Amino acid sequence: MTDYKNMELLRFTTAGSVDDGKSTLIGRLLYDSKSIFEDQYEAVRQSTERRGEEGVNLALLTDGLKAEREQGITIDVAYRYFATPKRKFIIADTPGHIQYTRNMVTGASTANVALILIDARHGVVEQTRRHAFIASLLQIPHLVVCVNKMDLVDYKEEAFERIKADFEEFSYKLDVNDVHFIPISALMGDNVVDKSANMPWYGGSTLLYYLENVHIGSDYNFIDCRFPVQYVIRPNTDEYHDYRGYAGRVAGGVFKKGDKVMLLPSGFTSKIAKIDTFDGEVEEAYPPMSVTMLLEDDLDLSRGDMIVRENNTPEIDQDVEVMVCWFNERPLQVRGKYAILHTTQDVRCIIKEVRYKLDINSLHRNEEDKQIGMNDIARVVIRTTKPLFHDSYRKNRVTGSVIFVDESTNETVGAGMII
Amino acid sequence: MSYNLNHLKELEAESIFIIREVAAQFERPVLMFSGGKDSILMVHLARKAFYPANIPFPLLHIDTGHNFPETIAYRDELVASVGARLIVGSVQEAIDQGKAVEEKGFNASRNYLQTNVLLEELEKGKFDAALGGARRDEEKARAKERFFSHRDEFGQWDPKNQRPELWNLFNGKKVFGEHFRVFPISNWTELDVWMYLAMEKVPLPSLYFAHKRPVFEREGTLLADCEYITKRPEEQAAVEEKMVRCRTIGDMTCTGVWESEAATIEDIIKEVSIARKTERGGRTDDKRSETAMEDRKKQGYF
Ligand SMILES: Nc1nc2c(ncn2[C@@H]2O[C@H](COP(=O)(O)OP(=O)(O)O)[C@@H](O)[C@H]2O)c(=O)[nH]1
Repeated sequence: MTDYKNMELLRFTTAGSVDDGKSTLIGRLLYDSKSIFEDQYEAVRQSTERRGEEGVNLALLTDGLKAEREQGITIDVAYRYFATPKRKFIIADTPGHIQYTRNMVTGASTANVALILIDARHGVVEQTRRHAFIASLLQIPHLVVCVNKMDLVDYKEEAFERIKADFEEFSYKLDVNDVHFIPISALMGDNVVDKSANMPWYGGSTLLYYLENVHIGSDYNFIDCRFPVQYVIRPNTDEYHDYRGYAGRVAGGVFKKGDKVMLLPSGFTSKIAKIDTFDGEVEEAYPPMSVTMLLEDDLDLSRGDMIVRENNTPEIDQDVEVMVCWFNERPLQVRGKYAILHTTQDVRCIIKEVRYKLDINSLHRNEEDKQIGMNDIARVVIRTTKPLFHDSYRKNRVTGSVIFVDESTNETVGAGMII
Repeated sequence: MSYNLNHLKELEAESIFIIREVAAQFERPVLMFSGGKDSILMVHLARKAFYPANIPFPLLHIDTGHNFPETIAYRDELVASVGARLIVGSVQEAIDQGKAVEEKGFNASRNYLQTNVLLEELEKGKFDAALGGARRDEEKARAKERFFSHRDEFGQWDPKNQRPELWNLFNGKKVFGEHFRVFPISNWTELDVWMYLAMEKVPLPSLYFAHKRPVFEREGTLLADCEYITKRPEEQAAVEEKMVRCRTIGDMTCTGVWESEAATIEDIIKEVSIARKTERGGRTDDKRSETAMEDRKKQGYF
């Protein structure tokens, strides 16, 4: 039986243009890793038959999004799950269509790995650039470029090498450091789970092997200690009469019992008396653990405050610059006021200025057109009603991210990455 | 240096974060408790989230009156041991008061009656967030469900008006009268749940383990013999005792039981993992009726 206490969790997002084979690839991963129930498989076999196709169309396993696209219903991120004895995988499956930058951004926000599909016959296209750019903007630590449909180019090495070179030529300008290329055929199964006999020239690993083994242990920031207070625990019982615990999820760094800490916004200092959990005290806490901190001094922290180290504080500022991806039909309003959520803080802000709009195909910075509509990406300057305790998004994805909320509709209208 | 959580601990940390977020963002949350393993997991996680304080919100059970007696006994024991407040919404009462009409016939079930009783209880308690134990892997339609699922003032879910969820930032803002359903274990699969319950040694209702019970077969599913089901004469004649267990827990009228020898959670994990493989060999009818039943339950419940 699987040693389930030693499995890790990996989240990845998939991107590709329509018909590059994304659904087929996901279906293949689910099927070859034996994550498909018989009834699901049987339903797919039957609908393949109804469509008069041969064999079993694995793309139909994840058919939900496609059917909706055809019906014109909201297209969205769908989450799928599969596991191997080594890892559990969460796939954020986002439709590849041109308008859906916002979905890709959403799916990418929590991913360890971005998987970008390219049709071997078409090579790098505009959408490929867009996807790679979003992966870099969202700081997804690892990028895998799957050159798909290798069977349609006779499994030729040159086809693969040419696409690889094309991709590298533009991606060196992007902020991505770990890129892998894998030649596959999602339809035939080459290099997805099993190594391909058709491409002896390829010495690298299969996609599943890569996903099972890519080192994700350093994807969090373990250096800069950040603990946003989420909730204050005060049991009203005799036994825990004086207990005042600060519950939250470690956003960065490693906290240890006895550490000298600084509290924001007050600037007071104290020591960690205890790091508590239901299962008992722990010696240290690191991302993404949910724990409860107890301090030696009787200080009155509340939600939105942050526990940090004295000699390593985040930026504390009301004027912040962010790259924002806009999600709403109603365009971003310059001088407009929005609520923003940042760590466990809930404050208001005013958009002071749009510095430029980014053309995500050419990466050109347009300083003339400052109309920011749905799916646009722009650099903006905001001023908040209270200081934010933040880091740059590059340094920490948790303390560097914000969402914008329209106060009249309560909708989430934008996602921001602090520069 | 190795700072690594295993996948179950990471799922746990995520769920605890979301449960705390609910307590922080909402005024009157409630945890929907059905008696099954997913809601048992939810109670366990909620305990962890607020330890050493008690869970700061009540549990809500919609009792159809057709539960296995074991479910009710387990529920009462659990509630007492965690020191939670329990609210019971009774379908029987709704029927007695003429607010609901009982279905008749062989396949009579109270599943549909649950929904109204649930909505009424939510309104009565002025709850603004209802925590549920639904998972995204349960069916295709759930794959896009949010952690924070927004409902309008009629309790309805509008797929077009769901908010994008990024990072760990959950937007629970609403106007008066609206509420949220929140699903902290969205990212868990069935196998994750069993593995975690095993790792944590959480006591489970005896129904999940193999036991002897009189059963009869209906349309390929084994049902527990009980007074709530109207049996056909040939079904009555075929009642016999078997070693069985429940894979899901719901009403006696519609919860299939399975022949099994699984005596421990480890046995169940083995059974669930192997079931995936043999199911590929072709026992589709069983599987289908099982999920169909879960679906019906879910429609009512979530
Ligand atoms: N020959 C070949 N066809 C493929 C491959 N992968 C996908 N396809 C086909 O390409 C078409 C589009 O695939 P699909 O998975 O639906 O694309 P999606 O729009 O990216 O989800 C389908 O007809 C697939 O059968 C492959 O590796 N080789």
